[in-house]
This record gives sequence, structure tokens and C-alpha cells, in this order.
Amino acid sequence: MATVVMKRPETLKRVITHYCPGCTHGIAHRLVAEAIDKLGIKQKVIGVASVGCSVFAYNYLDCDFVQAAHGRAPAVATGLKRVLPDSVVFTYQGDGDLASIGTAEIVHAAARGEKITVIFINNGIYGMTGGQMAPTTLVGDRTTTSPEGRDPAKAGYPIKMCELLSTLEGAAYVARASLHDPANVLKASRFVTRAFECQLERKGFAIVELLSACPTNWSLKPIDALKAVKEKMVAHYPLGEFKGGAGSEA
Amino acid sequence: MGEKVLMKGNEAIAEAAIRAGCRYFFGYPITPQNEIPEYMARRLPQVGGVFLQAESEVAAINMVYGAAAAGGRVMTSSSGPGISLKQEGLSYMAGAELPCVVVNMVRAGPGLGGIQAAQSDYFQATKGGGHGDYRLVVYGPASIQEAVDLMAHAFDVADRYRTPVMLLGDGMLGQMMEPVEFPDYQVNIPVKDWITNGASGRPARVISSIFLKPEELDAHCWAMKRKYEEIAENETRVECLGLDDADFCLVAYGTTARICRSVMEKARESGLRVGLIRPISLWPFPTNTIREVASGNVKAFLTVEMSTGQMIEDVMLAVNGKKPVHFYGKTGGMVPAPRDILAKLRVVADDPEKGRMN
Repeated sequence: MATVVMKRPETLKRVITHYCPGCTHGIAHRLVAEAIDKLGIKQKVIGVASVGCSVFAYNYLDCDFVQAAHGRAPAVATGLKRVLPDSVVFTYQGDGDLASIGTAEIVHAAARGEKITVIFINNGIYGMTGGQMAPTTLVGDRTTTSPEGRDPAKAGYPIKMCELLSTLEGAAYVARASLHDPANVLKASRFVTRAFECQLERKGFAIVELLSACPTNWSLKPIDALKAVKEKMVAHYPLGEFKGGAGSEA
Repeated sequence: MGEKVLMKGNEAIAEAAIRAGCRYFFGYPITPQNEIPEYMARRLPQVGGVFLQAESEVAAINMVYGAAAAGGRVMTSSSGPGISLKQEGLSYMAGAELPCVVVNMVRAGPGLGGIQAAQSDYFQATKGGGHGDYRLVVYGPASIQEAVDLMAHAFDVADRYRTPVMLLGDGMLGQMMEPVEFPDYQVNIPVKDWITNGASGRPARVISSIFLKPEELDAHCWAMKRKYEEIAENETRVECLGLDDADFCLVAYGTTARICRSVMEKARESGLRVGLIRPISLWPFPTNTIREVASGNVKAFLTVEMSTGQMIEDVMLAVNGKKPVHFYGKTGGMVPAPRDILAKLRVVADDPEKGRMN
């Protein structure tokens, strides 16, 4: 008898996505779907989609979804969770959404210890609007609004959200993983599951940052984009569990 | 009916909301409405509700959005600058067809302006302060009792039509004290078969205001337009006083309408036959009532506002040139004095054509 070792998660719809070739949103969606399946919470999950390429996340994930205004997903998630404390609420946000226009919302949701799970996709660029500079764009990287490369004298420095949020007492779980190779995807999978468990255990705010590739707007082949994540992004954004991980005191 | 109690406007409105079944409040401090969040912070936990002070008005209205999507009877309150920040969320709520009640204790603007009573946010409230093809249902109570009575109605209208509703007061209504009576409320929240509360035993639901296909957004906006027409048909409210024999007609809402009522009485004592049209719903605006009065024997209209002239545009549209429309206003936190309105009325009576605005 054949044993199933791998299958499409139930929570992931069997549809073709609108994402570009080589985009890692597909992997991140699968990790979320797998975590929901593994924890058996599909019936009580409410996702909050943000503004950016993942605005249509609800077309791919088979659970209740609310679409939020740009940057406001943590506030919308707060409203949902406060009315339905037994539900499992997660946001899925990109770097422009979470670390630029929505900085106040994410910081205060974390500071309040809001019992929500945040999936933060960091690819260092605005994908949906066509490749503008993001708050997380690395110094020197060219974008359509930093055509000579990000110059810190003019455009400042990339924000390390996990480091920033892990200083807040309300943040119970803070971790960063990368999606550039299978070993790291497996680690990311554990972090995503942990971030949902943290909510189920009512410990507080949980966030997983996933370093991601945007081959289209980086003007790189998919394989080279993954290499850029590995070599450039990981160097600036250290991986691991900053707070609340296995073996940590929190 | 209960006993009469002496209460501050803001607190009476908060209590009325709780009695109307409101269990969730998200807000941010701003004068002159702080007694609403303060009252909610005390009272909501006593009735099993949730009060949360948000990090900003932007966050507060988006929390309201989430709470409404979860099926909660939810409200927020603010004033001028804070209401400006809530416009993003109101547009999204209108687009996603989510119910909520927003109390706006108007202070004088623009900008930081002042903290005294004003009616200078009429345009923002009634003409769609946020982006897109939508309408906001707006009620302008003229007394604390009326504000209390309108709260339950506002929540019901919000739920019935799945739309945000605004209670447009002003700093004076919020800050003054009056005896009020709380009616025996029958909280009747309709079954909400559209909320996102986890897809248990049903297909997953999505609450969204995005329609990237023009044909779909066109259809959505026209469906909303039909809803707004239904609201205009069913929910327009207006009070008319002394119109049977009136030669001149005052038009005013809220606090200003109260002042105009005493002006009307004083004018009649001195032989000037004056009536008053008081719009209670500011959107939908009582256009038909004003149009009918303009077709009658009235010689001229005088619109009085605590602004430089905003509602007068709706009055002029309704009158449609049939009769002269005049304006008297004070703004910046100034309140029109009865004697000054009366003096203006006499000038209008002397020569209704002179100085007409239309």
C-alpha cells in the first residue's frame, strides 16, 4: 500500500495563482495552509488580506477572509479577534503594508499583545505597484524610486521589523525565516506553525517574517532571485526565533 | 419608560448606545467628545462588552471594520480632525457594506481649528468625506433626548442597510446637560448571514471592497445606489413648525435649529409669520419637504448654520430658484444669537430679493 508523504493542503485551493513565475508567495501560502491543516483550525480561522500582491490571498486560501485597507490589517484583525476571541485570526502582509504605511498598526498590535498571528512577507520592494522602494529595500538596491540605488543619506536605512517588535512585551513570538531553499522552507514551516500555536495558547502577539523573492521587480531570473535572498537579504536580516522560540524562556 | 435623569450629552449618547445593544467601542481621545470613550471604558466591561483605546483614529475605524465583519454591534466617536482620519475606513466600510455607528461631535475647523461647537463638517459628513461612490446616512439631533432616541435607530438603520451611519452633533450637544429619559429598548439585531466568523459547516466567506473588473465594480456601485435610493425613500426625517401660515421659512439643524425655534417664536410675537424646517436626517436630505414649501406661499428662506454656509447648498438645490434663499452664519466656535438671527430675518422680510444667495 502506498503511503502519502506529501499532499496539497486542504486549505490551499486548487487554482492557478496570479503570482509571477519564481515568486515565493506560493510557498508562503502553502506554509500557512499546512499550518492551518496541521492544527485542525480551518473552521475557526479568519484571514485578513492586505494591500499588495497578496491582496487576493483569499482566492488561494480556503477560509474566511476580510480584505483590509493598506497597512490596517492588524487593526482589522484586532476588531475581529475582540469580537470573536475563540477564533484564530491572522494577517498576511507585505513589507510596504506592514513596515511603512502600517507601522503604527503593527507596533501597537504587538504592544497590546493582541492575540493574532502575522505573516510578514519581506521581499524588499513594492511588487504590485511595479517595483518602488520599500522600507526594507537594502542599501544600494535599485528600484524605480531609487534609480541610483538606495542612498541612506537620502532614503534612510532598511527597517528590521523583528528586531524592533521583539523589544515589546506584548510580542510573544517573533521569528524570521527565509524561503530561498528547501531546508529554510522547512524551518519557515515550523515557525509559521509555532506562530499559530502561540495564538491558540493565548500567549500574545506572534509574527513570522519570511524573506521572499520578487524576480520580476528585481529584474532577476527566479534562480538568481533566490540566490539574492540567500546572499544579500539573509546577510542583512538575520534568521531565527527572536522571542518565544523552542527553548527560549518566553 | 424610565425616569428622567440629568446627563451630559456625550454620556447620554454612550448609555443609549449600550442600551441599543452596542457592545464594542474603538476610539481615540479628542475634545469635545472624550466623555464618550471614558463612559464606554467604564460601562462596556460591566455588560460583557469591549472597550479599546486605539493608537489612532485610523486604527480605531479599522478595528470597527473588523468588529463589524465579525458581526459585532460596534461604534466609534470622534470630532473634526479625528473624523478626517476615519474617512479611509468609512469608505472601505461603505464599499464592503459593513454596519457601524460613528458619533461626530463637531468642533470648528479647518485644520486643528478650535474645540468649540460648530457645524462646519456638514459637507464632509453628507457629501462622502472618503473616496468613491458612496453615501453616509447622517442624523443631526437637536437635543440630548433626540440624540438618545436616534442612537437605537442609527444602529438599526446601519444593520438593515449594511451601511455606516453617522450621528452628527456638535461640541455644545456633547458638553451640555439636559434631563433625558431612556426608552424601553427592544434590541433586535437581525441575523447576519454574511459575517466572517470561521467557515464552520459552510463555505468560506470574503468581506472585501475590491472589484478590479470594471463591470463588477460598476454593478456593485449601482447596487449600492439602489440601496441609497431605498434609504432616501424610507429614512428621511424632518420636523416642520409653523409652516401653515408662514411668510418666511427658517432652515436649520441641530443646535442651531433650537436657537431658530426661539427666534421663530419671538418673530411671531412681533407679528412676523415665520416657520421652521428642521432636517433631522441630513443625508438623506428632506429635499421634497423644502421643495413643497418653496412651491407654497412662503416668500423667502433663511438658512442658519454654525458655518460659512454648507447646508444652504442643499436648501438652494431643493428650492431650485423658486424663492430667494438667504444665509446667516457664525463659525469658528461662535454660536448665532437669537437677536442677530431675528435682525437678519427682518432685513429679509423688508426686501426678500436683496442679498439672495440663489
